[in-house]
This record gives sequence, structure tokens and C-alpha cells, in this order.
Amino acid sequence: MLEFSNETLAKFKTTLAQYPEKEAALLPTLWLAQYEFGYLSIEAMEYVAKLLDIPPSRVYSVASFYTMYKKEPTGKYLVQICRTLSCQLRGAEQVTDIICSKLKVNLGQTTPDNNFTIMEVECLGSCGTAPMMQINDDYYENLTKSKVNQIIDSLA
Amino acid sequence: METNLLTKYFGVENSRTLDFYLSHGGYDNAKKALKMTPEEVIDEVKKSGLRGRGGAGFPTGVKWGFLPKDNPKPRYLCVNADESEPGTFKDRYIMEDDPHLLLEGIVISCYAIKSNKAFIYIRGEYHYGYTILEKAIEEAYQKGYIGKNIFDSGFDIDIVLHRGAGAYICGEETALIESLEGKKGQPRIKPPFPAIEGVFRCPTIVNNVATIASVPWIIEHGFAEYAKFGTEKSTGTFLFSISGHVNKPGIYEVPMGMPLLQFIEEKAGGVIDGKKIKAVVPGGSSTPILTPKDCETVNLDYESIAAHGSMLGSGAIIVLAEGTCIVRSLLNLMHFYAHESCGQCSPCREGVDWMYKTVHKIEEGTATEKDLQTVLDLANNMEGKTICVFSAAAAMPARSYITKFKDEFIAHFDHKGCPYEKYNYLAD
Ligand SMILES: Cc1cc2nc3c(=O)[nH]c(=O)nc-3n(C[C@H](O)[C@H](O)[C@H](O)COP(=O)(O)O)c2cc1C
Ligand code: SF4
Ligand code: FES
Repeated sequence: MLEFSNETLAKFKTTLAQYPEKEAALLPTLWLAQYEFGYLSIEAMEYVAKLLDIPPSRVYSVASFYTMYKKEPTGKYLVQICRTLSCQLRGAEQVTDIICSKLKVNLGQTTPDNNFTIMEVECLGSCGTAPMMQINDDYYENLTKSKVNQIIDSLA
Repeated sequence: METNLLTKYFGVENSRTLDFYLSHGGYDNAKKALKMTPEEVIDEVKKSGLRGRGGAGFPTGVKWGFLPKDNPKPRYLCVNADESEPGTFKDRYIMEDDPHLLLEGIVISCYAIKSNKAFIYIRGEYHYGYTILEKAIEEAYQKGYIGKNIFDSGFDIDIVLHRGAGAYICGEETALIESLEGKKGQPRIKPPFPAIEGVFRCPTIVNNVATIASVPWIIEHGFAEYAKFGTEKSTGTFLFSISGHVNKPGIYEVPMGMPLLQFIEEKAGGVIDGKKIKAVVPGGSSTPILTPKDCETVNLDYESIAAHGSMLGSGAIIVLAEGTCIVRSLLNLMHFYAHESCGQCSPCREGVDWMYKTVHKIEEGTATEKDLQTVLDLANNMEGKTICVFSAAAAMPARSYITKFKDEFIAHFDHKGCPYEKYNYLAD
């Protein structure tokens, strides 16, 4: 059975107290679950449903609506390359090509060693430092060919 | 004249700490506002002419005045930090470089609208900004700048940071409210407007980060000083985001009314490689595109951009240099809108998908002029027939790119594909 650690449980209680209605804590609780369990498995979502006293179906449908909730495990590093206009104008497609050919994967795939998952995403609000990408929680901006290579090498 | 009303301390070491903020008069404006009556604060904001920085440009003080006088329920302020209109990145820097400016703005604004609780809805990807705001909020609570009975005024204010999880539509105010309640971010039918019935069925004001961050300066200097910046109807400064083919992309705060070309030259360092401008998106990806001829006469204020058939929107300028394919650029945006429709209304859900597929055919060279008309028909058929204005946000670029750059679309038919080079600008 999945359960939050005591530390996460404490965070959950603080979160809950911030809202006048329990269900409003759903997004933050899904975040806690994703950080704790790595991704939102059916079990994890059922656990969240129980914590918040809401039907599991509600939790699945909300979790599926938002792109940042992972319904499946990803590689250790989730590489998300911004593909939207300002980044495209500054070479985003080349960034994707470099990374995919370097790691020998296609978009949406995970490397066989489970180290990288490569995805394209929409505008990350960092258009002034385009092209850019997000790896796990962090932004990597003003990318150049050599910078992309260095970043991937340093995580490989 | 100094024009850095919002950005004065950006990039200064430790600018995000409470100590730094206090060292130059931080929270003095909140103390000052709390000695005024809420009505006086609203009046000040109203007279300043401040208009919402989130996209619609609605007068802030007027919006605050829509709250019902006789509703006994609590009131809420929702600060819109979803910032996901492509091209926009101004709020991010406010939150990262001067978080206490935003918090002070929230304190003053909540006092004005008689709310004791504010939610900051920050897009999920802004993890770094989230951690900075989290720390700033904690510091402000510890020192009593937010919390119960601040400055012994009897006024209580709680600020809650709420993290989104990736969905452009959550920037739309009623989708934001749904999302805050723990639901899918699907816009509500209006009316009722949030001021009457918003989050948790209570009267709610939704304002953009940059709007709220403008309030402390107005309280400090007064509405008349604020209105000295800008034009008669577009007062104050605006924190523009500029990206694309310019030498110095970034955020620049200027008084409204500055000529676009002057802004591109003087602030953004001109177009890269000395190229000519092919087109400019003036206010975020949803706003109609401008031609080089439009650019010659347009100024950065609401009225001038409207007179040129577009919108100031979120002040996100995207510059496309000569050599850029307009069809590919539109295709890029149609992919975005197809991905981001919340799916509630069929004209939108199906329209954006079909528009994307059709523009894709055009770019590939397998379309005919009939397909061009299809895109225009789709655009016309979804706008105004849906729950929210997302459909218009997708229709406007499609229509304007096609009508203003029709030759480029025709060239794709003649060339049976894209006549432009694909890769241009990634530096070694
Ligand atoms: C599809 C769509 C996306 C929007 N995204 C944002 C956004 O990311 N940030 C924002 O402040 N406003 C956004 N808005 C505008 C909000 O609905 C709302 O008008 C604004 O937050 C009000 O604040 P203001 O009056 O201070 O501008 C969006 C609107 C639409 C229709
Ligand atoms: S117009 Fe589109 S985004 Fe807006 S509510 Fe309808 S389906 Fe959703
Ligand atoms: S377009 Fe890539 S961050 Fe905005």
C-alpha cells in the first residue's frame, strides 16, 4: 500500500488548512504524490482520492487534464524542449534533433537505460532566452549547439 | 525621467530578500494604504488609469468597483501568474526578482477590495519562481507584513501560493478559478462574472501579476504622477516582453506610447544580422500579426495597436525577420492551440484541430487554395460561438496571417511545399 511519509503528510495537512474546501487541495496533493512516488499510478491516485474524500474517478479525470502530472513513469531526466514560436524562431527544432540523434531516441521515448525521456512541450514562458528546455524542475536557457551537448553529457 | 516603476531593483543582488526590500522603503506603501479608506485606495487606482496587464486591458479600479456591496460572503483576490500566452514572460521576472513588490501589491489590493485572502495561481513550470515566492511569503509572515492584524491596523491578510500543472487555458480567469477549486481547468459560462460569483462561489477579483505589482507605486506617488507616463488612455509604463529575431530579447519597461520601431531598435538592439522585419506579433501569439508597413506607424499603446487592427494583449512582442516562413509560423501556433483547447465546445475543439491539419497540408505542399478558404471559414465559425474567447485567440492569428501574407500561402501551392530554409538560428 502506498502512503505518504510523515514529512509529506505534514505538508499535506498544512496545504489542506489553506483552503476553505477540501477538494481545492487536489492539485497540490497530486504534486505531493508525484514528488513522493515518482509518478501518479492508479494506486497513487486512489490514495489521493481517499485523503481528500473524493471519488477516484474525479482524481483520474483531473490528473489527466493537466500535462505536468505523469501518469506513467519517465526516465530519470525528463527533458522537455519548448517548441512554440519564439523558440522555433531561434532553432528549437535543431535542439530536438541534436538531442534525439545523440541519445538515439525519438520524441516521446525513453532511453533504454531509463536515464532520459525526451518530449516537446508548448511555451514555457521563457521566450526571451530562447531556445530553451526544461529538465525535471529546472530551466536551461539560451541554448546553443555546444551547450545542448554539454548539458546532455553532464547528465548521461 | 525614470521609467522603471516596476523594474528598478531587477537584477540587483539580493533584490528578492525582505531585508533588501525594507532597506528602500518596502511595505511603507502598504502602511500608507492601510491608513486610507478602502474606497480611497480604489479611487486612486481608478484615477491612475491602470489597466489590466493580463491581456484584456480592462481598467483595474473599475473592475474592483464591480464587487457587490451587500454580499456577506468572503471575498477573494486571485493573482493570475499562469503566464502562458506564447511570447509572454514579464510576470516571471517580477516574481523572481522582486517578489515582495508583488506581495505588497497584494496586501494593498486586498485591503482595497476588502478581502482577507489572496491566492497566487502560478503556472506549474515556474518551479523556480514558486520557490522564491514561497520563501518571500514565509519571510513576510515571520516579520508580520502579512498575517493577522498587520501594522496593528486590524486588517488580516493571508496569501496562498497555488501551483498549476500545465494547461494554457488556466490563464483564462474562470478556468483559473475552476482549477483553484481542484477541478479541470475548463472555463465557466459568463455571467455570472467572477466579481459576483467566483472562487468557492464567492465574489472574486482576478488580476494579473504585473497589474497588482503596479499598485504600490501608485499609492506612493499618487494617481496623477502615474498618469503622467504613457498616453491619455494608456497610462503608465508597461513591461514588454520581446522575443524572436532581435539582438537583445528580454523584458523592457517603457512608458506606453513608444513607437514600436524605436522600441525594437533602442531597447531590443534591432533585428538580428541587420535583417529587415518581415512581421511582428505585437501582444502575444493570439494577437493579429503586423506587416512592416503597420510597424512604421504603430505605437505601443492600446489605442494605436487597435487602430492597426491588432491588440496590445499581454505586451508580448515577437519579431520575425525576413527569411522566416509565415506559414510555418502559423503552423507552429495552430499546433499550440490544437493542443491547448480545453475541449468543452465542439466548434473550438474540432475547429482548432482542423485548422492545424489544414495549415499542415499547406506547409507540406499538398493543399490547394480551397484549403485556405477552409481555414478562414473555420476561424469565422468558431469565434463568438464558444464558452470562452480561446476560440477567438486561435482564430485571430489564422485570419490575420492569411489575409496579410496571402502571397506566402500561394507560394506554397506553387512550390508544392515550403520555399524557405528550415533551420536558421541555433548558434554553435
Ligand atoms: C485563453 C486565455 C488565456 C489567458 N491567459 C492569461 C494569463 O496567462 N495570465 C493572465 O494574467 N491573464 C490571462 N488571461 C486573461 C484573464 O482571463 C484575465 O482577463 C486577467 O487575468 C485579468 O487580469 P487583469 O485585469 O489584471 O489583466 C487569459 C485569457 C484567455 C481568454
Ligand atoms: S472556447 Fe475552447 S478553450 Fe474555451 S471553453 Fe470552449 S473549448 Fe474550452
Ligand atoms: S516559446 Fe519557448 S519559452 Fe516561450
